[in-house]
Amino acid sequence: MAHTPRVSSVPAGTPTDISQGSRTRGGVGESTLRPDGTLKVTGAFAYSSDMWHEDMLWGHTLRSTVAHAEIRSIDIGEAVATPGVHAVLTYDDLPTACKNYGLEIRDTPVLAHGKVRHHGEPVALVCADHPETARRAAAKIKVDYAELPVITDEASATAPGAVLVHESRDDHHIAHVPHPNIVHRQPIVRGDAEAAAQRADVIVRGEYTFGMQDQAFLGPESGLAVPSEDGGVELYVATQWLHSDLRQIAPVLGLPEEKIRMTLSGVGGAFGGREDLSMQIHACLLALRSGKPVKMVYNRFESFFGHVHRHPAKLSYEHGATKDGKLTHMKCRIVLDGGAYASASPAVVGNASSLSVGPYAIEDVDIEALALYSNNPPCGAMRGFGAVQACFAYEAQMDKLAAKLDMDPVTFRQLNAMKRGTLLPTGQPCDSPAPVAELLRLVKARPMPPERQWLAAGGDGRTVDVRALPGGLSNTTHGEGVVRGVGYAVGLKNVGFSEGFDDYSTARVRMEVINGEPVATVHTAMAEVGQGGVTVHAQIARTELGVSQVTIQPADTRVGSAGSTSASRQTYVTGGAVKHSCEAVREELLELGRRKFGSYHPAWATAGLLLEGGKVVTDGGEVLAEVADVLEEEAIDIEREWRHRPTEAFDRRTGQGNGHVQYSFAAHRAVVEVDTELGLVKVIELACAQDVGKALNPLSVLGQIQGGTTQGLGIAVMEEIIVDPKTAKVRNPSFTDYLIPTILDTPAIPVDVLELADDHAPYGLRGVGEAPTLSSTPAVLAAIRNATGLELDRTPVRPEHLTGT
Amino acid sequence: MRVHFTVNGRPQEADDVWEGESLLYVLRERMGLPGSKNACEQGECGSCTVRLDGVPVCSCLVAAGQAEGRGIVTVEGLAAYARHREDIHPGGGCTSGSCGTSLDAARRWQAEPTDGQSGEAGELAPIQQAFIDAGAVQCGFCTPGLLVAADELLESHPSPTDQDIREALSGNLCRCTGYEKILDAVRLAAARQEEAVR
Ligand code: FES
Ligand code: FES
Repeated sequence: MAHTPRVSSVPAGTPTDISQGSRTRGGVGESTLRPDGTLKVTGAFAYSSDMWHEDMLWGHTLRSTVAHAEIRSIDIGEAVATPGVHAVLTYDDLPTACKNYGLEIRDTPVLAHGKVRHHGEPVALVCADHPETARRAAAKIKVDYAELPVITDEASATAPGAVLVHESRDDHHIAHVPHPNIVHRQPIVRGDAEAAAQRADVIVRGEYTFGMQDQAFLGPESGLAVPSEDGGVELYVATQWLHSDLRQIAPVLGLPEEKIRMTLSGVGGAFGGREDLSMQIHACLLALRSGKPVKMVYNRFESFFGHVHRHPAKLSYEHGATKDGKLTHMKCRIVLDGGAYASASPAVVGNASSLSVGPYAIEDVDIEALALYSNNPPCGAMRGFGAVQACFAYEAQMDKLAAKLDMDPVTFRQLNAMKRGTLLPTGQPCDSPAPVAELLRLVKARPMPPERQWLAAGGDGRTVDVRALPGGLSNTTHGEGVVRGVGYAVGLKNVGFSEGFDDYSTARVRMEVINGEPVATVHTAMAEVGQGGVTVHAQIARTELGVSQVTIQPADTRVGSAGSTSASRQTYVTGGAVKHSCEAVREELLELGRRKFGSYHPAWATAGLLLEGGKVVTDGGEVLAEVADVLEEEAIDIEREWRHRPTEAFDRRTGQGNGHVQYSFAAHRAVVEVDTELGLVKVIELACAQDVGKALNPLSVLGQIQGGTTQGLGIAVMEEIIVDPKTAKVRNPSFTDYLIPTILDTPAIPVDVLELADDHAPYGLRGVGEAPTLSSTPAVLAAIRNATGLELDRTPVRPEHLTGT
Repeated sequence: MRVHFTVNGRPQEADDVWEGESLLYVLRERMGLPGSKNACEQGECGSCTVRLDGVPVCSCLVAAGQAEGRGIVTVEGLAAYARHREDIHPGGGCTSGSCGTSLDAARRWQAEPTDGQSGEAGELAPIQQAFIDAGAVQCGFCTPGLLVAADELLESHPSPTDQDIREALSGNLCRCTGYEKILDAVRLAAARQEEAVR
């Protein structure tokens, strides 16, 4: 099974060069096309799983087959003896005393030691000359497990005498949590919910369950580690934040950060699932041990164990309102299951609690959110980050209240919608436009999709096109038991990292003359995960520097941190850093111009000089010089960090504090048809309205909104990682059993975009990526409830919930 | 074992292929054609779609040995394949909806003597251009498989309805786009194709 060199090869770990060709022009506000588009449609774009190196080996991970157990022994003898195997590593082979990693809390073992805490935890590593050899050798490793009782929910986590998932915690949350099996807990108390409840004419309560969702990015966890001559390692990998990875990798390898050179290779989607490390340290360990380049590529089965998921949640809510439809108070308790390791759980708790009221003005609230440690799969970041679960529950509550008050659900929401200046439960005022009522109005005002489209598609008014019916080509109905429903929802998401996190980004911008033309080069460590950041950076550089040629350098660790491609923050923060650095370059260029040409024309001394079309012009449009003449042989090269307004931590007891930077808002109207006989749902249309502050690239904005909407649709009707409650084993780690929406499941998604500038953000923009994921789930649920009259307090909705079987 | 086949119009052979290797693996890791993607290797996502003697297949489910003596088109060869469609389908497309590429025609087809490896050579296929123009590419991992499937759809159904498009592409998962822009892209390519015929 030896591996012969391939016929031709992409040179080792060559990062894809996405220098802008002449086809991609356009500044801020234009629908400029992706600079990497041509490479991606021709197959020439190198994703992390495409990396290849002469002589490379293949790494494989052995994962635990049980959820909670002591490891009595590991026998690697047979695996080591397998021909073609170059290295087999267990916990004992880790090179330093640092054997754990983690985003905030270093509680995740690189390889299990003493104990495994969840199904699929990495136990040992193998590298061999063929991936199948590595897999077979790993299968020969004998691990002796002594199983322990599993903790799977709040009751088992906090039961008297419960086994502790982490027996010796020393993180900064332990002193503040009621039980060591609770990672973090955030109460928020504002006003007096008890007293306010006395004023309520109606009170509604609900218990909601939110299933475990998977990011299911298509590009598997993968990368290539190449040992370098200085004893360090080059790592080509798909990630959301190179510098965060580096910070976690270096201490485990015992190498200074400079000796680990990381380059982003093509990322096939992320959605939060690449915030934590997966194969990074493993590939480096194998490469350093074997002295050879090592490639690791998870298959889909392993991918389900290789990254954290969205927290499943139990949410208990109480809301009150007066007869005339004014919300009086809200009480809620949100229990998130963080699984075996902390990952981003503390921050998810912060979001879930502080955004638990949604986009509504309620003065009196009593909130508690917490995340458990359990033996379920670890959960962490996923698009919408804590706000998604809460939105599902508070929107169901809004519908219940409206129904009880006999009010229109949209009118009821509009009556209570937050506005600019409304205080959040944390006491923080919303100091930007908050067009909640308007977004609802927009989706409601859309014309409804025609009724009984399956008849129209049939042509003659009698024959039906079953493809347009629930069940589709399975031909399960001809429309007999099919009823239509309409539902609305709106959501509130914070943008960027909150709670006092130093959420900065770095950009390096260079301007020089090449072949007589000014050219800008932008270098950041921003992970392009598909969202289109590279497009926007070039647009910003063109706008700020008045050039048409912009080169985007591959993202790597030779430039300062860009922070994470998550929390809808990259266009704001790294976009802001690119703008900031471009401004510094422009200032320096103008200074150079003043020195060279200032004596020839008095306008050089005035403020308000611009760079446009390769020229220095006054704000009156008078051309002062060609940029090429100002620069000549010189190059201006500036690297700057950029920060948005600082935030602060929430008070541990009251939850008060200016914790967030910015908010984004989206609303949805869902139209569904349900076959009530078989419990099948077809979503007919999922209209969205969102305020994006300023659409830097309208085409990309639409793509983000439609993509986010579809992920919300997925959680509403099909997506769920099913964990056996008795064994804590994952039952459906495949695309056969974990369903994500196909093009047949996804309806038309018409979008209204508002652009109400946020004065505090670059160009007035608002983070876009996450908000649409919030409201699409509850809108679909509301529509199904509207169609069927059922309560439906869990997501995803399955046929048995609709038919009562 | 040794496997011979034609890839993007060029005869190729691979040595020391282990019986369990998939066509996808051989293309990606032995032929240096990583354009076909490995998103699930379970036959569920369509990212690895190639044409095998003209028929779209999930190359992750095809054993390398099954490709012996056959013709394969990957995303890297899609542009050249589109340029040669006229030879394969004289008269441009098929209106009956029943005709794909005949086995013989697929075998006859030879790629232009360009750099069929990198896919960078020459013009794009109309469907490729439409994906770029419509904004149907985000992370792009689903794109090669979708392009191969969509190109075959347009070959056999030059003017597909939305339901036709949805049905034809229902085996290709995309996690980023929400599919709206993908529909736009296929409609755009179909419209441009129609323009060109007139
Ligand atoms: S990789 Fe072949 S179908 Fe998914
Ligand atoms: S999966 Fe990312 S663009 Fe389709």
